[in-house]
Amino acid sequence: MPAVTGKPPVLEVDGLCVDFAVRRKQVRVLSDISFTVGRGETLGIIGESGCGKSMTALALLRMIPSPPGRITAGRVLLDGEDLIQVPEKRIRAIRGGEISMVFQEPMTSLNPVYTIGNQIAETIRRHKGISGAAAWKEAVDLLDMVHIPAPERRVHEYPHHLSGGMRQRVMIAMALACEPTVLLADEPTTALDVTVQAQIFDLLREIQEVHGTCIVLITHDFGAVSEMADRVLVMYAGHKVEEGTLDEISGEPRHPYTQGLLRSMPEIVDDPADIRERLPEIPGTVPDLLRGLEGCPFAPRCPSAMPKCRDRPGYTRLGDHRSVKCWLASEGTGDRVGS
Amino acid sequence: MTKRHLLAVDDLHVHYRLARPHLFGARPTLRAVDGVSLSVERGRTLGLVGESGCGKTTLGLAVLRLVEPTGGTVTFDGMELRSLGAEALLDVRRRMQIIFQDPYSSLNPRQNAGDIVRSPLDVQRVGSPSEREERVAELFSLVGLRPNQRNLFPHQFSGGQRQRISIARALALNPDLIVCDEPVSALDVAIQAQILNLLGELQEDLHLTFVFISHDLAVVQHICDEIAVMYLGVLVEKASRRTLFRSPRHPYTRALLSAVPARRASRRTERIRLEGDIPSPINIPPGCRFHTRCAYAQDRCRVEVPELVEKAPGHWEACHFETSPRAG
Repeated sequence: MPAVTGKPPVLEVDGLCVDFAVRRKQVRVLSDISFTVGRGETLGIIGESGCGKSMTALALLRMIPSPPGRITAGRVLLDGEDLIQVPEKRIRAIRGGEISMVFQEPMTSLNPVYTIGNQIAETIRRHKGISGAAAWKEAVDLLDMVHIPAPERRVHEYPHHLSGGMRQRVMIAMALACEPTVLLADEPTTALDVTVQAQIFDLLREIQEVHGTCIVLITHDFGAVSEMADRVLVMYAGHKVEEGTLDEISGEPRHPYTQGLLRSMPEIVDDPADIRERLPEIPGTVPDLLRGLEGCPFAPRCPSAMPKCRDRPGYTRLGDHRSVKCWLASEGTGDRVGS
Repeated sequence: MTKRHLLAVDDLHVHYRLARPHLFGARPTLRAVDGVSLSVERGRTLGLVGESGCGKTTLGLAVLRLVEPTGGTVTFDGMELRSLGAEALLDVRRRMQIIFQDPYSSLNPRQNAGDIVRSPLDVQRVGSPSEREERVAELFSLVGLRPNQRNLFPHQFSGGQRQRISIARALALNPDLIVCDEPVSALDVAIQAQILNLLGELQEDLHLTFVFISHDLAVVQHICDEIAVMYLGVLVEKASRRTLFRSPRHPYTRALLSAVPARRASRRTERIRLEGDIPSPINIPPGCRFHTRCAYAQDRCRVEVPELVEKAPGHWEACHFETSPRAG
């Protein structure tokens, strides 16, 4: 495990808030999200659907549909440059340039009527302003880099010729075209088989080692996080409820939501008992953001909810890059900051 | 097949003839299920695992005769399904149901939840209309839905609740066998646990038999008693849960297990990596189907087809070699 401190942050998100106007109401879908990612580091963002993890990635690149969405507060610093403030032209260069994205569904994110070479070369031409032939050659090299066999032949193929794993490799090749500093991977392996998933993780790790790319891995699968991430951020209903290193989160989760989430996942053991045990479940479902949340967002489902939870807890810092948004943690030694 | 077994599948084949690639070309055959034999005891759960495209869903559908098998037999409670006429089949179908993977596309968006759950009762003409309504209310409480949700439409439910509706629908006719085709894959982890627990409870209370199709080994380990590993239309290994996870034999099973991300570093043992993808079921490799991706493949594997044989009591494997469990 690489050291998690001491690296200068490449990407710094500070107090990011996003509101959506729905039925004449302002709904806060991201509340005060802050995190940093250092060079060559992987941050995992984990949470259930609707918790705001994909929204976070979109907000970084200012890709939130607006209206109804709006970034109401916060800064996103990429090497010191605030992406929330930069002009539209600059952010367009950053998208797919310094920060690129890999989406979940490789079939719907590739254009079915163009060859994959065409699609990769287009990215290169747009960002680097080089000729078609040179861009095409680079596309072949990129396919080779993501270990697609016979890349000279494959560039001429259409997305439907390729398997799911191959398509995801193409997406990664496209995302890498301009040697990004930050790679946002939104559920990159969710649609894939475990065997192929393992291949994709190997590839991402290899790329990270060679280029020092920071990876933000967004997923609902703790397995994927434990495979890739150095640090983990747990989200619930638009809030960052806990943050820490992978070992801290998986070994000693402090927030009741993280604890419940980890417990509810069946895990493979080498010697399973012969009786089937009940999985500990988190009762209820995620809250409806439209109704507005008072106090701690997790309180209605929390086994250790107490009267105090009607007030919203602030972050309790437990160490460098280790914080929990829960009243229980604030009773310990950590000092509270913000709210 | 003994009295204990509710379902027995013998040498089942499902082949699809595809269109001619060009005018004078031969029609290729896609061999989705290519000679599978297995049996399930009453009240137990058989897990079917494998990568996408290995034929596990087709096998599940063929068991219910929702796709027509092209060879072999399916025996359900002593009756050979393929010999049954339409009427007799309708009777048997009362006792076998299915839950699909995607609760978003497997429920009719124009029917309300109550009518969805009621429709099997209507189709099979069970009881009077008022009795059917009572049964719907009973089913709702059984799967943990509120009676006042009866008139809501699928889009008003969350994914987990929709899967509860699918389960209620499957239970409506008091079936003996339920084929669960990836019932929790589309759900969030926290909801996954709720549905898995519900299935476990229902199985105990109603003495159900499950065929549980999944690609998620952790889920399979949690819920299944017996596990069959499928690769490219055939079974490569079959054993009880305990045996399979404690001492997996087939190189494919071992690779599958080692590809599952480990949550704790202690389990992160040396990885066995499978290269490439599963071959096409139109062009099945000769010999052992797994030889193209197997790290231990020898010349013999490229020619000779290994049979599924009992290598240890209750532990079946299709491999030419005596792989010592846990080696390599």
